[in-house]
Amino acid sequence: MLTDITIGQYFPGQSFLHRMDPRMKIGLLFMWIVAIFVFDSQVSYGIFTASAILLALCSRVPILTLAKSIKPLWMILVFTLLIHMCGTPGEVWFHIFVFDFTREGFIQGFHICLRLALLIFLSSLLTFTTSPLELTDAMESLLSPFKCIGLPAHELAMMMSIALRFVPTLIEETDKIMKAQQSRGVNFESGNVLKRLSNLVPILVPLFISAFRRADELAMAMEARCYRGGEGRTRMKELKIRTLDYGACAGTVLLIAVLVVLKVEGI
Amino acid sequence: MTVHGDGYMSFIEIKDLTHIYHAGQENAKEALSKVSINVEKGEFVAVLGENGCGKSTLAKHINALLLPTDGCCIVDGMDTNDVTKVWDIRQQVGMVFQNPDNQIIASVVEEDVAFGPENLGIPRDEIKKRVDEALKAVDMERYRAFAPHLLSGGQKQRVAIAGALAMHTKCLVLDEPTAMLDPKGRSEVMSAVKKLNKEQGITIIYITHFMEEAAEADRVIVMEKGKIFAEGKPQEIFARVDDLKRLRLDVPLASAIAWNLKKQGIYIPDGIVQEEELVEALCQLK
Amino acid sequence: MSIEIKNISYTYMPKTAFEHQALKNVSFTIKEGEVTAIAGHTGSGKSTIVQHLNGLLHPSEGQVLVDGTDLNKKGSEAIKARQLVGMVFQYPEHQLFEETVEKDVGFGPRNLGVSEEETEKRVKEALDFVDIDYETYKDVSPFQLSGGQKRRVAIAGVLALKPKYLVLDEPTAGLDPRGREELLSRVWGLHKRKKATLIFVSHKMEDVARIADRLIVMNHGELMLDAPPKEAFLEEEILKNAGLTVPATVRLLTELKERGFAVDPAAFTMEEAARRIAKAVKERRRGTC
Repeated sequence: MLTDITIGQYFPGQSFLHRMDPRMKIGLLFMWIVAIFVFDSQVSYGIFTASAILLALCSRVPILTLAKSIKPLWMILVFTLLIHMCGTPGEVWFHIFVFDFTREGFIQGFHICLRLALLIFLSSLLTFTTSPLELTDAMESLLSPFKCIGLPAHELAMMMSIALRFVPTLIEETDKIMKAQQSRGVNFESGNVLKRLSNLVPILVPLFISAFRRADELAMAMEARCYRGGEGRTRMKELKIRTLDYGACAGTVLLIAVLVVLKVEGI
Repeated sequence: MTVHGDGYMSFIEIKDLTHIYHAGQENAKEALSKVSINVEKGEFVAVLGENGCGKSTLAKHINALLLPTDGCCIVDGMDTNDVTKVWDIRQQVGMVFQNPDNQIIASVVEEDVAFGPENLGIPRDEIKKRVDEALKAVDMERYRAFAPHLLSGGQKQRVAIAGALAMHTKCLVLDEPTAMLDPKGRSEVMSAVKKLNKEQGITIIYITHFMEEAAEADRVIVMEKGKIFAEGKPQEIFARVDDLKRLRLDVPLASAIAWNLKKQGIYIPDGIVQEEELVEALCQLK
Repeated sequence: MSIEIKNISYTYMPKTAFEHQALKNVSFTIKEGEVTAIAGHTGSGKSTIVQHLNGLLHPSEGQVLVDGTDLNKKGSEAIKARQLVGMVFQYPEHQLFEETVEKDVGFGPRNLGVSEEETEKRVKEALDFVDIDYETYKDVSPFQLSGGQKRRVAIAGVLALKPKYLVLDEPTAGLDPRGREELLSRVWGLHKRKKATLIFVSHKMEDVARIADRLIVMNHGELMLDAPPKEAFLEEEILKNAGLTVPATVRLLTELKERGFAVDPAAFTMEEAARRIAKAVKERRRGTC
């Protein structure tokens, strides 16, 4: 059944990373990313890599699952490495066609790839330990200061959470429509590109019609339950910054302090 | 406005209500014409009629989702035409629609139940209390942390009912809530509704095609082509087998058999709706 | 010629956290010309079984043979066998997509490469069968029709494939009593006039009683009961466990029988039940006098 697919890549668990306030997680992730770009000595890379692995172990998300999140980007990583290797002057390692591949280029390219990989790894750690719902709530809360400049923070978050709610329903619906059209002789497995594209019409048209009908009915149900935008709304669940979050924050600050000292010392 | 001698008003007073979709346009369609209904507090009213007879249009007026083209609809003394009262009316009248999937808004059951009270700006602790009570009232406490797509149709409809209860609604309007459910889901929803009506005195307006469900009501309203065709106790309505057949509506089995036996000259008392009543009546025959 | 379900089991999402066995060793045979009803509550496995009948799902274990051909086989023979089975899903009106009724009903035959002339003939026949006037509606958009009409057009879209076996998954769900009655009599006519083999899923035991030769009851992925409705309705315990009810007529007559009336509970229409009650009442009078 297509219906049981979990949305996003949330990996349920009870680790401290799971229990942290999603806003704090997003904030700290941001600090880490900035730090990774600011501190570029070999020692700091070592520290970042080690702490990223440590965090991954703490999260109890299988390291292989996490590593897979980098997979879609390996092409970009390899490409970055190659560009740097042949674009940087220095001691030539080997020569292909008109390109010189240098040792200095390799080192620089490797650093950049490591940076990118760490970035992706840490971001996935966030999505692996935070449910989509928590992310939406965090988004609403973090964007709310921008309401005064006209950013519809509540509406954006509401749209996102409704979209999340309807993903399983629409997947189920797609499955059903596909089967119904298959029963009417549509063959999704063979034919040329044009044929395959035209085969999408009998699926997409009913799917859109149904999505619009659902949206219409849902809007009415929301109105019937007194929904009138974010103004004057309360929330049953409120995000709360707790000791755990302050602890994580302190940890990050400490790490950055160490890195600053190292940088000043020139190590 | 129907004001009785002593200024008494029914909980819901619908007076000469006419509704025209796309009024003034080429495709204008009259869905309701001069309908008048009063519903008392705590009453259980079933509404029957063919698809397209205006039942759903009527239901949406009670919650001010639609406004009358002509006439008025007054809920607990508040006119739905009065824009300042819309939210008070919607808080008092909860709606449950036919498709269980298209009325659950949140990805977790308890958050969906909290949606109404959140919109009303109720303080957090009070919302929690109300969500607990509402889930308990429809016997769904065990599922509070479930994602809605993992629930059965009957369970989803009970969550929708709980969502209305958490707003401390005084009246539930259910628009064919069991049409898409299996027999188990149907009886779950029906018994939840009956319990709320009996124990909490919640006014019920229940639109259905299932006559066995309508037979449980205090009063049955039969609609035809935007008008009220008949109104009365289930016993009175279901005795009119010929009329109901002409309207292509079902008749509860017991009423139909009683009618059939009477035609064969067997004496059966009037007003039989439930099967037990028929069995008793037959046993009394000598 | 027949559809043979041989010891099939089916597991959704095997080897994942969501693994769920939807069918456990189910076997039965549907003979040509028979009307079979499949009943069970939501999640009992009845929809899963139905999707095996035209190869939309393939069993994890076991075989489905249509006229002797295993649907799981590769090649044109299996594809042909799958096309012998027409499938009408629940709420079939949700699959309509073409600009006109004619195009939508003709979609299936055109997909199968049926000639334009033959397609037109089939569309006319199919629409006629579901009581939609070809001339009036052929150029109308299916989305402008009423709910009941949409459903009938969608069913016509499957009939135009000229299936030898027709599967209907809760064909009357969500219709009002009039729509239900009309659709049921059309489906019944299909069997009577054309000797079509029908397999339909329904919870409505009154409908089952009226048109089925045979009732299959599913519960928790297992086949609980496979018998003619007359016999099946007397198995109250099995039906109750499967979340089903006996027809109201049977319930009423059983109650009367227990109260001392000489009635046979196996009556499935109001008229038949009334006739039996009248007879019993008259006999009782004679007896007491």
